[in-house]
Amino acid sequence: MLRVDLDIVRRWITSGSRVLDLGCGDGALLEVLRDSCAIEGYGIEIDAEKITQCVQRGINVIEADVDRGLADFPDKSFDTVLMTNSLQVLRRPDRAIAEMLRIGEECVVTFPNFGNIRTRLSLAVWGRMPVTRQLPYQWYDTPNIHFCTVRDFEDLCRQQRIRVLHREFVAEQFPDRLIKGIWPNLFCATAVYHLAK
Amino acid sequence: MPDSFPPGSVGLVVPEVHRFDAPLELSCGRSLPAFELVVETYGELNSARSNAVLICHALSGHHHAAGFHHPEDSRPGWWDHYIGPGKPIDTDVFYVVCLNNIGGCHGSTGPRTLDPETGQPWGKLFPPLRVRDWVKSQALLADRLGIEQWAAVIGGSLGGMNAMRWALEYPDRVRHCVVIASAMKLTAQNIAFNEIARRAIRSDPDFRGGDFAQYGVIPRNGLALARMVGHVTYLSDALMGLRFGRELRSGSLQRGLEAPVQFAVESYLHHQGDKFAESFDANTYILITKMLDYFDLAREYDDDPVRAFSRARAGFLVIAFSSDWRFSPERSREIFRALVAANRDVSFACVESDMGHDAFLLPNARYEGLFRAYMDRVAETC
Repeated sequence: MLRVDLDIVRRWITSGSRVLDLGCGDGALLEVLRDSCAIEGYGIEIDAEKITQCVQRGINVIEADVDRGLADFPDKSFDTVLMTNSLQVLRRPDRAIAEMLRIGEECVVTFPNFGNIRTRLSLAVWGRMPVTRQLPYQWYDTPNIHFCTVRDFEDLCRQQRIRVLHREFVAEQFPDRLIKGIWPNLFCATAVYHLAK
Repeated sequence: MPDSFPPGSVGLVVPEVHRFDAPLELSCGRSLPAFELVVETYGELNSARSNAVLICHALSGHHHAAGFHHPEDSRPGWWDHYIGPGKPIDTDVFYVVCLNNIGGCHGSTGPRTLDPETGQPWGKLFPPLRVRDWVKSQALLADRLGIEQWAAVIGGSLGGMNAMRWALEYPDRVRHCVVIASAMKLTAQNIAFNEIARRAIRSDPDFRGGDFAQYGVIPRNGLALARMVGHVTYLSDALMGLRFGRELRSGSLQRGLEAPVQFAVESYLHHQGDKFAESFDANTYILITKMLDYFDLAREYDDDPVRAFSRARAGFLVIAFSSDWRFSPERSREIFRALVAANRDVSFACVESDMGHDAFLLPNARYEGLFRAYMDRVAETC
């Protein structure tokens, strides 16, 4: 996770609150949030090695498959449910977001914006599936199966009557950083959404 | 001589007997006038007395968890894979305490030892026990050893129940609790298997209503049968297929041959049963299977495990094994769900294994890595 995304997410987390991080990886984000916001945090992860890494860091981690639903967690049992950069690997991102909003009072979702000019150019000009620093995979080995653009995501929120509390757009490269505010769907690389039902 | 032990072994160990002369009041209302515990320890207690780890044994376990009693021993203690220098429960770091619990049959006060009032072995008259009685006696042992707070209380199966009970009974005395292949209470199916085992023992004529010791006999068949049933439930179909398949130990299934046929799995089970019958006490088996059946973590907390765990102060590691159907992963999920709801620190993993319930005793790379990672964190708090 980038420094910028992290700073944004941190702003939306109340100190001392209960946070669930879906697809928490090696627990780095939860560790930062624990140390800076004193959260009571739990991660959900499916990868055995990453689970061990979480345990090594002293981060609470629960082995579970987000794609199979999160029946282990009751309604509104967390203040915030996070999912950073994992939406696109899920089989049903829409259901996952619905689950997040069921379990948490609020959610924070970050995802790579497939409407970014670099991905668009790759497909339009070169006729190839984009391979970028942020999305380094080939089409055949990518875990990312459900890409969306900022505009697609906004549509989903509207359809599911999800309230967007905040939205922030992060761009990596220099000119994009200046103009992402004007045309986010074209220039932001990562979108960060703060949601509630 | 220690040179002859495998690397990572605690080597030669000598059990100690601790005698407690004050009466131990039990949850059944009766009390033991005095009791003895057979204890093994590995590693050194540090000067802050903060590195002690308690190992809780399961149904057929005892104090001999690691190392060897004699240089010629063919097998080490029952959890030697996980206890020793450089192992997940690292004896270079931790002071490891393992005991045979009261009611057991490996030297601690139990049905085999003498009732001071009658001068006869307690036998079937040994008072019924609950897991909390074990916890209470273990707390007295901790006092004796100068351990104010355990760095971790660790157990698999019934031992996991024991560890969880510790975290509720003495919240300030447990920093970490490792619960492996366990449950907050047994299911009907699990109780059913225990009752089949008990009936097997009781229906052996040599059981003599529990007074077999007075007649100088052992209900070998009953005990062996109980163990055979139990053993099958501790393994998985896949593992038995892998280890034995339909391999024959003797005889042939060819037409025209009448030689008696014995499958490899049959001879294995008989061997396990017979071995067990030689060493284990029938009254202990009945007593401890009932402890398992009666255990219900949340009974005293309005049947609310969240309320129960709210008492705990410890951090928890909960591990289940995919092919364990005696203490299925779902039972472990119930534990972590309650812990998360109670806002306790907990990590949970379901380790892929085809070893069934016995997986918690056996080598497994992922289990070992996870266990080690957690214990390394525990070590940092010592």
